[in-house]
Amino acid sequence: MKKLLNLVSILFLSIMAILPACKSSSQSKDDAIIIAHWMTDREKAFNELAEKYEQETGVKITFRLHAPSDAYAQFISIGAQTDGLPDIFGILGDTKSIASFINAGHVLNLDAALGSGPGSWKSTFYDEALKTNYFPPENEFNVPEGTYGIPIDVTTIPMIYNKKLFVKAGLDPKNPPATWNEFLDAGKKLRKVGVTGFVSGWAEQWLIYSLATNLAHNVMGAEKIMDTFRGKVPYTDADWVQVFSAFEDLYKAGFSDPGIVSLVNKYAEQSFASDRAGMTFNGSWAVNVYGEMNPELEYGVFRTPAISSAYPRTVWGAAGSVFNVNAKSVRKDKAVAFLKWLTATEQATFLLDKTKNLPAIKGLDDAGNPILKEFSFVMEDSIHPSRFTAAEEPRVVNVFGKGIQSIMIGEKTAEQVAKEIQAMKDKVSKS
Amino acid sequence: MASEKPHSINNPFERLRTSVASNYIFVLPALAMFLIFNIYPFYKVFQMSFIEWNGIDPHGGVFVGLRNFKEALFEDEIWWGSIKNAAYVTFLALTLQNFLALVLAWIVDRGVRGGQAYRSIYFLPPILSGVVVGLVWNWILRGDGGMLNNVLMSVGLEEWVRPWFADLRTALNSVAVVHMWKGFGWGFIILLAGFQGIPRELYEASRVDGAGEFRIFWTITVPLMIPVFALVSVLTILGTMQLYDIVVTTTRGGPGGHTEVPMFTIIRELTGNQRYGYASCLGVVFGFILVMVSVLQLQVAKRAKVD
Repeated sequence: MKKLLNLVSILFLSIMAILPACKSSSQSKDDAIIIAHWMTDREKAFNELAEKYEQETGVKITFRLHAPSDAYAQFISIGAQTDGLPDIFGILGDTKSIASFINAGHVLNLDAALGSGPGSWKSTFYDEALKTNYFPPENEFNVPEGTYGIPIDVTTIPMIYNKKLFVKAGLDPKNPPATWNEFLDAGKKLRKVGVTGFVSGWAEQWLIYSLATNLAHNVMGAEKIMDTFRGKVPYTDADWVQVFSAFEDLYKAGFSDPGIVSLVNKYAEQSFASDRAGMTFNGSWAVNVYGEMNPELEYGVFRTPAISSAYPRTVWGAAGSVFNVNAKSVRKDKAVAFLKWLTATEQATFLLDKTKNLPAIKGLDDAGNPILKEFSFVMEDSIHPSRFTAAEEPRVVNVFGKGIQSIMIGEKTAEQVAKEIQAMKDKVSKS
Repeated sequence: MASEKPHSINNPFERLRTSVASNYIFVLPALAMFLIFNIYPFYKVFQMSFIEWNGIDPHGGVFVGLRNFKEALFEDEIWWGSIKNAAYVTFLALTLQNFLALVLAWIVDRGVRGGQAYRSIYFLPPILSGVVVGLVWNWILRGDGGMLNNVLMSVGLEEWVRPWFADLRTALNSVAVVHMWKGFGWGFIILLAGFQGIPRELYEASRVDGAGEFRIFWTITVPLMIPVFALVSVLTILGTMQLYDIVVTTTRGGPGGHTEVPMFTIIRELTGNQRYGYASCLGVVFGFILVMVSVLQLQVAKRAKVD
C-alpha cells in the first residue's frame, strides 16, 4: 500500500512538473508586445516597422506570423480558451465570432483611446473601416456599445476585367458591364475570341457567398436579407430564387472557367493575371498579387452587375485587417500606443507603398496608383457581414455555398438549392 | 564484507533501488507523458461530445446530454455523405491500390533487374507531403490549362477533356487516384518485406515436388502473407478514412460537397461552425467506426489464417 502511495505521489509530482511547460507562451515574459497575425504578404514590412518603433521608443515589438488563415484562426481560438492570447491579435470571422471574443472578455473597448471630434485618432479613419468592429447600442449580440478593433487597411471585392481582352473581344474597355445581361453578353464575346469569360476561386465558398449577397442586396435590399437571417423570410422567397437563378444563367452561358468550383483563389488569380480570363471576382489585395504576377496586366474594376433595378449595386467592402487589443494583457496601454503609431500617416504610407493594400486612414487614397483609387471608389455603398445587423448560421452559409457550386456544375436548379438552404435553416432554427 | 550487508539494508536509497517501486520510477516520465498527451485528450474529447460550446466562451459550454450523438447518428446527412465518400475511396484503395502494390512487390521480390531502384521510386510518393502532392495533381488535372487535358487534346481525345476535380462524374475518382498514387508505396514496402520474410527453402522444396508458380503462390505465399495482408488492409482503411490534406488542396470538399470527407466535416464544425461539442462527438463516432472496422478486419484475417 505504501509503495502504491509512493508511486501515485511521484506520478502526481511528475505531472505537476510537466504542466507549467504546457501553458501557452503567447504572452512574452519580457516587456515585448506580441502581435499575432496571418498576413504573409506584410510580414517583412511589419518587421521593419517593429524595428523602427523600438529605435524610436525603446519598446520591443514582436510580430508572430501564423499562416495560413485557417491555422491562425485555430491558434487564436486556442489562445482564447487558455487565456493565452497575445497582446495584439486579429479575429478572422463574422460579427458573431467577434462578439463571442468580446463577450468572453478578451477584447478591449477602444472608444476612450479613439476619442471623438476633429483631431482625434478616430477622425483619421474612414467610417466604414472603423464600423467593422463597432457594435451599436442594444445589438443582438449583447455586446456593450463600442469600437473594438483598429483597421490597418480596407478591402473591397468587386468585379475586375482585363482591358486588353475586352478590346480583343470587341467590347468597350471604358464601359464594363453594368447589368447581369451585359455581363453574360461580355462573357460570351470573350469566349468567342478564345479566352475564358469569367474565373474566380469558387472552391472557396466565401467568395461565392460574397457575390451572392451583393446580388441579394441589389434585388431585395439589406433589411429583407437580415429578416431572412432572422428567420422571418424564407430562402424560397422569389427574390432569393432570382439571386440563385443568376448563377444558373451564368452556368448556362458556358463561358466561365470549367473548373471554377474547384479553383482556389490563387489559381484564379494566376489565370486572370496571365491574360487567360477576361473577368474575375476578386479583392483589392489583387493589386499586389497581379503586380507581382504580371506587371503589364491592364485591368479595371466594376461593381457587381445589377440583376434588378430595385436597389443599388454593391460590393463587399470593409476593414481588411483589423487588430484587436487583448483586454487581459498587462501591456494593453503600450499595445494601444503602438497601434496609434502604426496607423499614423507615415507608417500607413510605408505600408501602402510596400503592400499596395488600400489604407484605412484618410488622405492616402491613390498614392500614385490609379487602380487603387478604382478599388477604393467602390467602397461607397459597400456592404460586409461585419456590418450586418444579423448573422446567418455558418451551417446555413455552408449549404448556401455548396448549393451554388451545385448550380455551377449543372447538378441542381435555383429552386432546388433554395429549398435545400431553407431546409437547413429550419433544422438550425429548431435545434 | 560481512559488515556491509546490514549497512546497505538500512540505507533508504539502497532499499528503494532494490525494491520493485524503483523500476517504476524509470517508467513514470513516459507514463506521465502518455497520460497527459494521449489519455487526457481522449477523455476531454469524449467529455466535450456531451456539451454545446463555441470554443471561446470561458464558462465552457452547456451540457446537452446525448443530443450531439442523436444529430450525428440520425440527422446529419452531410456527415454520413462524407463517410460514404471516404468509404468509396477506401474501397478503391483496398482493391486497386493494394492489388497494384501486391503485384509490384511480388515482381520486385522475384529479383527483377533494378529492384533496388524500384523500391526507392515507389516509396517516393508516400514521403511527399500530401499538400505538395495535391498541388501538383491540381496542376495536372485542372480544367483550364491542366496538363492531362493538354495531352488529351494533342492526341485528338477532345471529348475526354474536362475539369477533373470539378466534374460530378470524376471529382471523387480523381481525389481517389491522387490518394492511391500517394499511398500505394506504403503497401508496396510492407508487402515486399512480407514476401522477403518467407523462407526460400519452402519455394525450393515445392519446386522439387513439381509445383507450378501459381500453385506455389496460392499454397505457400498467400497463407504466409495473410498477417501482412491484414496489416496492410488495416493501415489502408485507417489512412484513407482519415484522408484530408489532398481534399483540401484539390477540391476543398466540392463541387457541392461531392468530395467531402469526415476529417473535413469535423474540422469545419470545429473552426468554421464553432461547434466544439458537436465536432468532438463526430470525432468519437468516427473513432468508434474505425476501431470496429479494424477489429472486424483483424478477426477475418485471424480466421483465414486458422483455416
